[in-house]
Amino acid sequence: MPDVGEGLIEAEIVLWKVKVGDVVVLNQPLVDVETAKAVVELPSPFVGTVVTLHGAVGDTMEVNTPLVTFEVGGDDTPRAVEAQVVHDALDDQRREPVLIGYGVANEDAVPARRSRHRGARDEAPAPVTTPPARTTVRTTPPVRLLAKQWGVDLATLNATGRGGVITRDDVERAHHGVSPAVVASRSTAVTATSSAAPTTSRFVGREIAPWSTGSREERIPVKGVLKAMADAMLQSTSQQPQAVVWVRVDATKTTELLASLKAHPRFAGVRLSPLTIIALAVCDAARQYPGINSSFDASNDEVIVRRYLNLGIAADTPRGLIVPNVKDADQLDLVGMASALSALVTTAREGTTTPADMLGTTFTITNVGPFKVDAAMAILPPGTGAILCVGQIAPAAWVRDGELCVRDVMELSMTFDHRQIDGALASRVLAHIAQFLEDPAPAMLAQ
Amino acid sequence: MIDEELVQLLTPEGELVDHPDYACSLSGDEIFSMYRDMVIVRRLCNESTSLQRQGQLALWAPVEGQEGAQIGAGRALAPMDFTFPSYREHGIAWCRGVPPEQVLRLFRAVSTGGWDPQKYRHHVPTIVLGNQVLNAVGYAMGVQRDGAEEAVLTFFGDGASSQGDVLEAFVWASSFNAPVVFFCQNNQFGISTPSSTQSKVPLFRRARGFGFPGVRVDGNDLLACYEVTKAALENARAGGGPTMIEAYTYRMGAHTTSDDPTRYRVDAEVEVWKHRDPIERTKALLVREYQMKPANFIAVSEEAEAFALKLRDDVLAMGRPDPLSMFDDAYSEPHPMIDEGRREMAALLANGGE
Repeated sequence: MPDVGEGLIEAEIVLWKVKVGDVVVLNQPLVDVETAKAVVELPSPFVGTVVTLHGAVGDTMEVNTPLVTFEVGGDDTPRAVEAQVVHDALDDQRREPVLIGYGVANEDAVPARRSRHRGARDEAPAPVTTPPARTTVRTTPPVRLLAKQWGVDLATLNATGRGGVITRDDVERAHHGVSPAVVASRSTAVTATSSAAPTTSRFVGREIAPWSTGSREERIPVKGVLKAMADAMLQSTSQQPQAVVWVRVDATKTTELLASLKAHPRFAGVRLSPLTIIALAVCDAARQYPGINSSFDASNDEVIVRRYLNLGIAADTPRGLIVPNVKDADQLDLVGMASALSALVTTAREGTTTPADMLGTTFTITNVGPFKVDAAMAILPPGTGAILCVGQIAPAAWVRDGELCVRDVMELSMTFDHRQIDGALASRVLAHIAQFLEDPAPAMLAQ
Repeated sequence: MIDEELVQLLTPEGELVDHPDYACSLSGDEIFSMYRDMVIVRRLCNESTSLQRQGQLALWAPVEGQEGAQIGAGRALAPMDFTFPSYREHGIAWCRGVPPEQVLRLFRAVSTGGWDPQKYRHHVPTIVLGNQVLNAVGYAMGVQRDGAEEAVLTFFGDGASSQGDVLEAFVWASSFNAPVVFFCQNNQFGISTPSSTQSKVPLFRRARGFGFPGVRVDGNDLLACYEVTKAALENARAGGGPTMIEAYTYRMGAHTTSDDPTRYRVDAEVEVWKHRDPIERTKALLVREYQMKPANFIAVSEEAEAFALKLRDDVLAMGRPDPLSMFDDAYSEPHPMIDEGRREMAALLANGGE
């Protein structure tokens, strides 16, 4: 236990972020501790395996006493542990709710794999993450002030913050009339079905009170991501005349191809989904018809044709709708595209998408499939020429070679700026994308 | 941050905007090189925070969020100009060529200063709040008397702006028309005190009352900080007297590693300032206007990672200083009381004391 303040003698363990057997990298967060001055996160000073945690949550540790024992070095044991941890990380990734695309595959297999890993780790102590029983209310001065102003009794609240700390949200929920019991049951339900859709009470990037208990009317300030979305949509619809083309696609061969590729080691740890193939199809169509990757520059009376494609992906994040892009997506092959989209989704979900990531989109894809709808009419992001909207892939009746059969069918729509792009060009582009998805393997080889 | 008086050349979205008094004079390569400086200084800051949490540094004063102000100001300096920092000017030390491990010697408590100020034209950090500003004015008056074509740049924060030293320094600089530029990084908090409590008028307006110009600049705008500082330094060298620059910015991290900012400010405010990040907006500019590719940025981040590893090695390799060496630099010439202290300490050590 280092002295993390100036002359402190002890600190209390608030939350362990690693468990025995974990392989940690340099500066990886190990534990939160609370000193007389602050709650601080201690980063790992070593690369190695966690052998012993010398205290439990709630324990007070003296400065200069052991906190964690590591095994550092290169014999066989740490390597074996490392492999196991990587597996766990992959499983975790598969269990996450999917933000974009159809990334969750093989969900039924997951519980079995999990239990096997647990079995292999019998000697390891269970990770301690439950906060100690609270005897006094733990929160911060601004939250205490808020509770006082609103007349909320802190002692009655269900603390959701790290280490049993009452958060501003807890107080706001109580103020808006949601009882602790309701909060508790809802959070349990969410945990039990961790791959289910995000809670329905999210709206414009925030948690709103449910119908039954919220105020009769609520006013939400327009700022941040919400303001960006509102401005962009108004600018687009007021300045760009937009038209739409539709097509239904037999995507069976695409889903079959994905199923066969997912087992391939080159795609380990990479999210492979229909979106990956659709992105490749878009780039292929743009190479064939560069006009679709264009924008109208009204201030210079020019149309800009771009022979590079920065592929925007509309992402539903906790903060709201954002559209980061994959730069020079036309240069990527299947593996590259899958990796780039995975990285983009992870970054968006973590909320670390930067302004630079969102600049310079030339073509956008929006995927409404995860929400179980067939199609939508998208609105162009301002300054772009076209946006492709992807619906869900679902089994449907389909006529093939004059025979009625059941196929994996998907609907695509593409909105375009009718100032420079006409219906004929948009239709050709969409038909090209559809053809690509109906038989993706030869189309990818031809690239 | 809608403020008509705020000088801004680069918006948070990375778009260039015109200003009646200042224009960007930098090339794409120069901006990229300054981008690199900002990334390395942020990495220096993050690694130092980790080292402190691991018990390898006694204290650290984070600079994250203020890189645009510091690299902008630091790169506007001419080689012979002299700088007087407080304890958070890691970006200025970097621009002046002070080896970063020298900066960390002070924070590891193995040195009482760290370097020869004349060698780098950069004074050692002043921990006493605002005292460096008074020293800077005294130095600037010396420059004036030497007839040298040099300017002095000194740094302090919105908290230190309430110190008597700083206000006395303003009086002296104004009365003697000293060639000094006061660079105030208003990072919104003097430890936990909001800057709106420190001053009931925008800080830059105080300068007018002392008789010299004050400019408020977007402190997260690298280009504006560079151009405004450069113009103020040129004015000082040409005999135009002092200028106060208020760089309007935000400390993204804690005051020091002994502080917990969540106790006095709300996350929503930090979120707003994330969108004004100096590094990201410069990156957006480089992509948009100068066709910089992902490979350029990846190279910088790899360089920063290697830099951090070496910095860590350097810190861990620092030995313990000879206890008697603390007497060496208290005075430049022998001093009887210091000599007596040294003798007593030596006797104590000889008897096994600590």
